Amino acid sequence: MIRFKKIVLLLVALLPLLASAQAQPEMADTMRSNGKIYIVVAVCLTILVGLFLYVANVDRKISKLEKGN
Amino acid sequence: MFNGWVYPNFAALNKLVFILKKNWWKIVAFGLLVYTIWAGFLWPVPRLYILNETIRNLYFHVCMWFAMMILFGVSFVYSIKYLRGFNYRNDIFARQFAAVGAYLGILGYITGAIWVSVTWVTQQGQSLGSVLKEPKLIGAAIALLIYGAYFVLRGSFTDIDKRARISAVFNIFAFAMLFPSIWIIPRLVGSLHPGAPGSDSGNPALDRNDMDGSMRMVFYPAVIGWTLLGVWIATLKIRVQLLADKTILHDKV
Repeated sequence: MIRFKKIVLLLVALLPLLASAQAQPEMADTMRSNGKIYIVVAVCLTILVGLFLYVANVDRKISKLEKGN
Repeated sequence: MFNGWVYPNFAALNKLVFILKKNWWKIVAFGLLVYTIWAGFLWPVPRLYILNETIRNLYFHVCMWFAMMILFGVSFVYSIKYLRGFNYRNDIFARQFAAVGAYLGILGYITGAIWVSVTWVTQQGQSLGSVLKEPKLIGAAIALLIYGAYFVLRGSFTDIDKRARISAVFNIFAFAMLFPSIWIIPRLVGSLHPGAPGSDSGNPALDRNDMDGSMRMVFYPAVIGWTLLGVWIATLKIRVQLLADKTILHDKV
């Protein structure tokens, strides 16, 4: 009986832990499940591609200047 | 054995191979940054209170500072090289790498200020005043101001050789101050950044136990990608400066 009481006590002591395990930190799960996160990725990738095209273009123009001299 | 049309194609292929041999790292930079954005937004990250999704700033904000440190390191090496042979070319390299490094540092500061506004200020009940006393913020500001002084110092000379010599010495001092002010002092006195004494965050950048494995898979490639982009922009600035100063550059490449 004492052992049973100890187990119950232990379970009661662990209850808050279980509760905290269920209440997880809030993340943008909805955005992921409905796929809108891909829009964010697409926008960022577009900006990245644009940035690299610009830098590559400047690179090409400097190369032309270097050849001209 | 070869048809007539093969030769021009070989020439085009050779030209392509030549361009790729010289510029492969620019393509690597692009690939790594595409990977950073893809994996950085889509791959799972640890679910933590206060940070929530902003933990993904690790792939952007922290990388600015890492790229800055690497570019300042390159600038430091070129300053030493300048003092060893007084080749003006090395002074141009040192200045432009420091300029891009400082720019990335400013970007790191701005992105950090945005990150602060949703993590430290609101949710941990810190007032803005106490947040601004954060040692790493002060240390980073000191480091950036020292590099700001480097550019002011450069601008104050009319003699090119004096400018190159004194600013090379100052650049070595600036780099020597960088790591104490952004790493050592904040970790000695305790900071809201990870790695504070007494916290369980350890050394999140380099200790494999202190950063989640899935995040390290994105973080290190991101650091390399942003650094390579910074190096690319620095090389463009260097090439423009070399063209502008070609009359006083006696040696050939």
